Amino acid sequence: MRIELERRTAQSPVIEFLAPLLAIFAAVLIGGALLSAIGKSPQQAFLVYFVEPFSDAWSLQELAVKASPLILIASGLAFCYRANLWNIGAEGQFVIGGLVGGTIAVVTHGMDHALGGYWILPAMLIAGALAGMCYAMIPAFLRFKLGASEILTSLMLVYIAEITLDYFVRGRLRDPKGFNFPQSVPFEDIARLPFLAEGERLHAGILFALAAVFLASFVFRRTLFGFDVKLVGSAPKAARFAGFSEGRLTFAVFAISGAAAGLAGVCEVAGQIGQLQPVISPGYGFSAIIVAFLGRLQPWGILCAGLVLSLTIIGGENAQIAMKVPLDMSRVFQGTLLMCVLAMDVFTRYRLRLIWRRSA
Amino acid sequence: MTAQKDGKPALVSMRGIVKRFGTFTANDHVDLDIRAGEAHALLGENGAGKSTLVKILYGLLEPTGGRIELNGATVSLESPEAARAAGIGMVFQHFSLFENLTVAENIALVLPAGEKIESVAARIEGLTSRYGLKLEPDRPVWTLSAGERQRIEIARCLLQNPKLIILDEPTSVLTPQEADALFSTLNLLRVEGRAILYISHKLEEVRRLCERATVLRAGKVVATCNPREESVRSLAAMMVGTHLVDVRAKPNEAEGPARLSVDGLSLKSEDLHGVSLKDISFAVRGGEVFGIAGIAGNGQDELFSALSGERLARRAGDVHIDGISVGREGINLRRQYGAAFVPEERNGHASAPDFSLSENILLSRHATGEVTRGLSIDVTAAKSIARQIIDSFDVRMSGDDPAARTLSGGNLQKFLVGREVSRKPCVLVLNQPTWGVDAAAAADIRQRLIDLSRQGAAVLVISQDLDELFEIADRMAVIHQGEVSDARLTREVTREEIGLLMAGETARGEGVSHAH
Repeated sequence: MRIELERRTAQSPVIEFLAPLLAIFAAVLIGGALLSAIGKSPQQAFLVYFVEPFSDAWSLQELAVKASPLILIASGLAFCYRANLWNIGAEGQFVIGGLVGGTIAVVTHGMDHALGGYWILPAMLIAGALAGMCYAMIPAFLRFKLGASEILTSLMLVYIAEITLDYFVRGRLRDPKGFNFPQSVPFEDIARLPFLAEGERLHAGILFALAAVFLASFVFRRTLFGFDVKLVGSAPKAARFAGFSEGRLTFAVFAISGAAAGLAGVCEVAGQIGQLQPVISPGYGFSAIIVAFLGRLQPWGILCAGLVLSLTIIGGENAQIAMKVPLDMSRVFQGTLLMCVLAMDVFTRYRLRLIWRRSA
Repeated sequence: MTAQKDGKPALVSMRGIVKRFGTFTANDHVDLDIRAGEAHALLGENGAGKSTLVKILYGLLEPTGGRIELNGATVSLESPEAARAAGIGMVFQHFSLFENLTVAENIALVLPAGEKIESVAARIEGLTSRYGLKLEPDRPVWTLSAGERQRIEIARCLLQNPKLIILDEPTSVLTPQEADALFSTLNLLRVEGRAILYISHKLEEVRRLCERATVLRAGKVVATCNPREESVRSLAAMMVGTHLVDVRAKPNEAEGPARLSVDGLSLKSEDLHGVSLKDISFAVRGGEVFGIAGIAGNGQDELFSALSGERLARRAGDVHIDGISVGREGINLRRQYGAAFVPEERNGHASAPDFSLSENILLSRHATGEVTRGLSIDVTAAKSIARQIIDSFDVRMSGDDPAARTLSGGNLQKFLVGREVSRKPCVLVLNQPTWGVDAAAAADIRQRLIDLSRQGAAVLVISQDLDELFEIADRMAVIHQGEVSDARLTREVTREEIGLLMAGETARGEGVSHAH
């Protein structure tokens, strides 16, 4: 028996739309099977994962809070992935953005604020985005100058970023009155992202995520730059024929995705956490890769996919508490989801044929 | 082998072969008989189903229906190995050779394991003396011409002692002289009783070599004939189904101003096995079609990208468009000076296959500001330009604005040539403009190029197809190993002279101008 993939002549828009939903469905089935294999009830897990987070206002807000960084990072990553450039290091750019932006909050802590200190938060946001951008320039530069695989370099830079954050939080940025706990001073209110409503969880970070979706959508649809990004990814030789420079584009898309991840990082410390800690991300930078693909690299798709992934993060936490399911289980589930999305992508483009050969 | 008569059982019979890809029927109940000792031509336009049929015969594709008989017995050819074991060999149009291995090593690769390299060399000697197949066993492949590479493929095929040899467009990469040598080899093989299935769209050749021909059109057999009793025109009419219009070209030898000129262009190849351009100089005048002949892989692609600006020349003065030095300028600035370019590779270079036709308009048109407003795209303008080209160049397609890859080769090429011609450029550079394009579309494209030149543009056509250049070029030069010969008036040169230049058989430097 032989398995052949035959290219479909036309891609049906219905299938294009259904593919991510089918992928989620397949991932849920596989996840359920895994859970029953470790002796947990898949039905209960389904309720805990996918139903309970919708049950009250608090968890609904939590859903949006966790989705914001995912959507912001994934909107940036969509630029890279459309151009067939593989920035896997958004996690590192996120961490560096948080560290640099947070440092401004720590350094200005307790100072007499000029101009009432209203410049501090904008400065943090800009510094965080710039830091993420510069950090993403490293793999772009290595690829452009030396032909080094950006997949490896950007991934390895994640670990460097994490250790750098850890070093500073245990060292110079540690709260001197913090009983030697490895964390910075709590940021002053002036250095924190405002909450959208008094006493609620939702902070202004979500506005950046929504803005990123709008902006990416406009750029992809309407501008020559968006066209260039897609063209380089789809037919690099044709892009050269169109007179677009591959080097410039490489730097541009890494800059955009790095800035988005850095901004998400500073939003996380200035919004959600409120101080610097040795670990500021539960893997947003990696989950955002899944978000980007689950959303088919379309900004509006990414918005929906961000909410889905956020659901699995919250569901994973719930399951850990309610069912004593290990935390790794939710990581496994996210990985399964990505595999299913990619597999569905193949099936939308190709038809699977099993060929049974009569023996001669 | 006895002399054959009609009624003698065929060596290979294909009966009622059907092959469907999804809803598309590539072969529709095709019958084909090949007798021992005959050279049988398989004719048809691109997309007529020739390649599909041959792949079925060589075990690469499984037919949806029908059967294959060998000496009267039904056989199942489920893989190329099975086909070879049944005595069917094939020489492909694209060679599968290892550049860094020697001739003998490449041949040893297809032989059963355990064969010594020395004995392979001896067998190669045997082939050389028996069939005139000139090969040097110790030469590394990357130093060889296309003709020599093809001889390796033929040798590989012959060492399996096939009863039927399939050749797919074998002369497309050969000089006229190399083609002659190939034909004498094939005739020797035929005399031994081996059958030859010869796929080509070069009808003169087919008339020289083959005594029977099967003509396919749209997947069906439309005729079986003796090509020697037919004319080139009648064969072409069978292939196309209608009568072809001749390209009208009044020779133009008026001295117009040089609109595209190249002065001492030298450029080192970026690729290890690529060709470096060496001190190339020529000028294309307004009002003329200028042809550059040459065998594939002699620097055509390198020359094209140096002219288009996809690769920059070393000095600004190496390339001039309308008198402006553009050697150091990129492709978009050259477009702004009025130049236009059509590269060889339709899918992936001249167009983005997955993009719609209107998006493909953007590819070369965004430079001149017709389809952009500042940094944003004017989708409506792009769509209306696409529509105009589709109408005026008679591009056939399904849907309103389909992806480029869904168009047939001929229709896509018409669209891409149309995209550039409709800009009314002052300089148009094309690389292999009708390669793999059906005859009707090719004639149409050639006519457009002549028309454009007669309106005052300088048209440069780089082509491997000598027939094409003799049909449309006013002047001609030859590129060989990165050097371009002196230009000659087309009516004053013979095919033989051009053939010799293509093979590089002029004293070095003699044909190339070294004016100081």
